[in-house]
Amino acid sequence: MGRHAELKPLTLILVLTVVLSESVGAAESTEQRFPPPEFGPEYSLPQSQYPAPRADVYQYVDIAALLVALSAASYLALRRRSRRGLFVLMALSLAYFGFWRKGCVCPIGAIQNVTLAAFDRSYAVPLVVVAFFALPLAFTLFFGRGFCAAVCPLGGLQDLVLMHPLKVPGWLSNALRVLAYVYLGAAILFTATGSAFLVCQYDPFVPLFRRSGSVSMLTLGACFLVIGLFVGRPYCRFLCPYGVILGLLSRLSRWRVKITPEACVRCHLCEETCPFGAIQKPAEEPTAGERTRSRRRLAVLLALLPALVVLSGWGVSRLAIPFSRMHAAVRLAERVQAEDTKKVEGDTDASRAFRGTGRTTAELYADALGLRRQFVLGGRWLGGFLGLVVAVKLIQLSIRRRRPDYEADRGICLACGRCFDYCPVEHQRRKMTNVE
Amino acid sequence: MADEKIHIVRRDFLRTGLRGAALFGLAGGVGALGIRSRRQGTAWRRGTVWQIDPEVCIQCGNCQTNCVLRPSAVKCVHAFALCGYCKLCMAYFDPQAQEHDTAAENQLCPVGAIVRTYVDDPYYEYWIDETLCVGCGKCMKGCRTFGNGSLFIQVRHDRCLNCNQCSIAAACPSRAYRRVPADQPYLYPARYPGEPPAGGKALGATR
Repeated sequence: MGRHAELKPLTLILVLTVVLSESVGAAESTEQRFPPPEFGPEYSLPQSQYPAPRADVYQYVDIAALLVALSAASYLALRRRSRRGLFVLMALSLAYFGFWRKGCVCPIGAIQNVTLAAFDRSYAVPLVVVAFFALPLAFTLFFGRGFCAAVCPLGGLQDLVLMHPLKVPGWLSNALRVLAYVYLGAAILFTATGSAFLVCQYDPFVPLFRRSGSVSMLTLGACFLVIGLFVGRPYCRFLCPYGVILGLLSRLSRWRVKITPEACVRCHLCEETCPFGAIQKPAEEPTAGERTRSRRRLAVLLALLPALVVLSGWGVSRLAIPFSRMHAAVRLAERVQAEDTKKVEGDTDASRAFRGTGRTTAELYADALGLRRQFVLGGRWLGGFLGLVVAVKLIQLSIRRRRPDYEADRGICLACGRCFDYCPVEHQRRKMTNVE
Repeated sequence: MADEKIHIVRRDFLRTGLRGAALFGLAGGVGALGIRSRRQGTAWRRGTVWQIDPEVCIQCGNCQTNCVLRPSAVKCVHAFALCGYCKLCMAYFDPQAQEHDTAAENQLCPVGAIVRTYVDDPYYEYWIDETLCVGCGKCMKGCRTFGNGSLFIQVRHDRCLNCNQCSIAAACPSRAYRRVPADQPYLYPARYPGEPPAGGKALGATR
């Protein structure tokens, strides 16, 4: 009790000092309330540890690993034509980029960094992020989607759990594939406005690589893996925003995976074995009647295209208000307004922090309104883009081309090499080359 | 037959042209980003890491609960050069403490991560045991409100996974998180005297 009493004057001094220093104000903000004591020479000032981040040489190791993996994937898919090799490479990539490097930074997430750099001039994007974004794209332009097959850790994880692939009907997979465009568009919209990195926030597999994360995200990852037991790579095919870009670019690729370089015998084993529905049946030249019908359909769709673009642009821009709530500043402005107009009781951490900064509410509201306008404009672009995607997909479906053999679709084929192992002509060819 | 050949050649020509355009665009975009980022400092070469600006931080406690790591990658750091060596340290003692001694119930730190040692009457030295610290920021609040502000929470880069989107940053109510160049990975309080250690940046110097 005595000790307690003895401390009381000290408490008084402390409170006084605090009050005094508060009233003196910001002019003396660099001065200390309690000047550090002068100890004798025998006292050495302790130092806290400041551990440095990962050394920057590892960034170059990551870029080199990506380059090696991409080259190996291209070689194995196009030259060696080896499913086993691709599988081993996929497992190695999963171990390195996934479980060792914990999935960050990955090309899928890098879309957002590049977008942010394009829209926010103050954001300095690091070299490693740009390399992770651009290298797989460049490789795809020449060699197809080897990145998806054997380098991407997210794809690798889903490929490993694929036990009993079921066929997804064509109409369903065509429709679901539009989701990936929606995801890509939304990711770009929310990044460009500085609201959120949607793709990273809702990445279902990164929490599994880290083996930590919120329960909801771990559950989402587990759900994707359970679906992935029966549906080949559900995330890659129907959601992955980077897959959208890769799919478009691989249509332009210089070289492509062929099921067999020899003449096809139309046994349709490859079509059965592809878990991703990437193999197209041979198609006859359409008859004159079919041709007129599809031409008419094409004309209607082409006429509808601008209407679809404008209508969906208008529709999505109407969602600007709910969309803008993804941005913290808009949420804060709404909260502060609700507090000021006495619609809600009390305050939140964010509104308290805002009132502590000394900024005026007028500035905050102006920021929020500016952001909302950005969302209106961005919504028009997003809606227009989605309208265009749907229209082009419909047009694609109504164009019929003659295809003499079973062929892998340029955009959808992930170059995983499963079809090689099932093609009887390919088996024969390998035997022949081995004999030679 | 001849007709088909022309058709295929035309398609290939289109494809080659588009591929060239795509490559050109990609190279141009990367080049433009590179030039701009190089001008902006060391982030292009060294990369960036997440850090908390202690002058913006309001010690809400989200750092403890929102990190993908358990316990969080955020820990309290003690800038000894700023410390007043107070006997009655308001970062150490609970405001409702019955006795001002080292008993657990009198400490503010929920995990007892602050070690108090006697130096010289009436001065005491305070150490953070980082193996225990959970990054709740309670001591930082106490120290900034009543003391010199020598205790401050920071992202510890031996633990941080450097997620592309830091999940604490997304939940930070005062937007105290920012990406900093990896060669200046710590942000010190504005009052920090002199040159801060470990390539850090005292916020006072910039103001």
